[in-house]
Amino acid sequence: METKAAKPAAPAKVRAPKKRMTKEKRIRYFKDNSPYLLMILPAVIVVFLFNYLPIYGVLIAFQDFMPGDKILSDSTIWVGFENFERFFSDPQFWPLMKFVIGFPLPIIVSLMLNAMKGRKTAKVLQTIFNGPHFISLVVLVGMLTLFFGRYGLVNNIAAHFGGERYSYFLESSAFRPMYILSSNWQDFGWSAIIYIAALSNVDPQQHEAAILDGATRFQRVIHVDLPAIMPMVSVMLIMSIGGLMGVGYEKALLMQTDGNLAVSELISTYVYKRGLTGVPDQAYATAIGLFNSIINVVLLIIANTTSKKFSENSLW
Amino acid sequence: MEKKQQVQKMALRDTTGDKIFYTINAIFLGILALIVLYPLYFIVIAAISDPDAVLAGDVVLYPVRITMEGFAKIMERKDVWLGYRNTIFYTILTVILSIIVTVPAGWALSRKTLPGQKAFMIYFIIPMFFGGGLIPFYNVMSSLKLVNTIWAIVLPAILSVWNLFMTKTFFQSSIPDTLIEAATIDGAGSFRIFGEVVLPLSKAIIAVMALYYAVGQWNSYFNAMIFLQNENLYPLQLVLKEILIASESTVGGSGETILQQYRLANQLKYVSVIVSSVPVLMLYPFVQKYFAQGVMIGSLKG
Repeated sequence: METKAAKPAAPAKVRAPKKRMTKEKRIRYFKDNSPYLLMILPAVIVVFLFNYLPIYGVLIAFQDFMPGDKILSDSTIWVGFENFERFFSDPQFWPLMKFVIGFPLPIIVSLMLNAMKGRKTAKVLQTIFNGPHFISLVVLVGMLTLFFGRYGLVNNIAAHFGGERYSYFLESSAFRPMYILSSNWQDFGWSAIIYIAALSNVDPQQHEAAILDGATRFQRVIHVDLPAIMPMVSVMLIMSIGGLMGVGYEKALLMQTDGNLAVSELISTYVYKRGLTGVPDQAYATAIGLFNSIINVVLLIIANTTSKKFSENSLW
Repeated sequence: MEKKQQVQKMALRDTTGDKIFYTINAIFLGILALIVLYPLYFIVIAAISDPDAVLAGDVVLYPVRITMEGFAKIMERKDVWLGYRNTIFYTILTVILSIIVTVPAGWALSRKTLPGQKAFMIYFIIPMFFGGGLIPFYNVMSSLKLVNTIWAIVLPAILSVWNLFMTKTFFQSSIPDTLIEAATIDGAGSFRIFGEVVLPLSKAIIAVMALYYAVGQWNSYFNAMIFLQNENLYPLQLVLKEILIASESTVGGSGETILQQYRLANQLKYVSVIVSSVPVLMLYPFVQKYFAQGVMIGSLKG
């Protein structure tokens, strides 16, 4: 204990000693810090079980697999990339290649909240904006069906002004607007939190200098506030591109009807249907899922490299 | 925050341009607040209005012929209350276990002296960007014999890598190293330091984490949908899915029957939205005061 106590002032030195330490010291270092290993152990196990074991399970994408088969056994039938080839020639392949893109509303809102005169009002507004985040997807989609149903509020208002009633949930063209608008409605405030935090860290001296230079508040938003959150914006953008094809399938699944299937079927919802419903084809569904994961990683790397090239912001 | 107010005082002599900017800003945000609030408000007034008036489109700004019939009806729904009970149980269990798993791990990960700290970081980062996908996940749960048990709902939810990193960042930025050094010099071991020095200073992050995990579990339906067959184990969201959504996709037939369906089901829908969302929405303001400390610090440097 005492040896360690003297050192932590320079943590780098404590970490480095691996090379220099004698065996005895190394054992002691390990012993002193082993409680940390115990603290981290449960998390390591949980991640191993629910994140790493499934990664091992993707092997079935290369097999002729029946539910109940062992992943590796003498009777395993390897089929190479056959499942992937089936997917590429699946008539569903191209229709599934789509994703939902976000909207810069959170960025704008954070800038506007930050530029508000009354701090108290801004706080209240922020609380209101965060509220919908806590509504569940089931309830959100339920609300959508209530508002956009054939006899829902939107149709009632339209009918009042002589419009025609419209079954929004049965129309392909209505799916995307409903999906995107409701997502924005639910999460713009929540997504803004991170930018608001960054904005509260802007050095007030920058604002003072800008004021002395005669900048208006609007100019200060553009030239002081916006650059301050740009690093965060690019990081969030990279992250969202990395998850592009995975997001929102739970919601899309809830919003699906026979009428809008052409637009609402995403890779992940398709994986769910082929792999867990009807007559499950697990190997095929796993191959599709793996393809999706790989695309996501590739997108992430491309986004990160691009961002690195054109700015100083990147994840790694 | 104080400095910010000073800046605003400095800019007291607003130009006309500034005044216009502030006004437009306030109007825009005000409209946005209305857009957020109105649907929620409408759900409430629709739930307490005569269903015929709602259906006829008479309810827009205020309730019409107020009735509590809907709430009486939902009291009779056994499946809703069973789902409610299940969800409360799953949520409490998830929160307790997740705090036990996440907070110590976050602390350990924030220590530079953790043996193999870099390796652990990589170990936790990989699953953020790459996963086996749904089917292998299902098969793992199935070979662990968790399918159709409550553990299929609880266990996968007790650790989110995001939350782990947020906790780690919180510890890094808000527990001073000198404090830990002092405690070490006093002869306290790692566990005592964690229990008696670190935890009392971590109320903010624990509150925020508890909220995150609680809301996540309260609102999730997907795992329950794929893993549970026994209806007695159904969480609230799965019951709600039946009430709110299942009926919509079966809409067909003549206008008359559709209208009849709507009349019977709609009031129940509005009421169930309220009954299921109120607990979570109430929880949030209590935890909000910790956000500034917990989320903001965590997210900033994460």
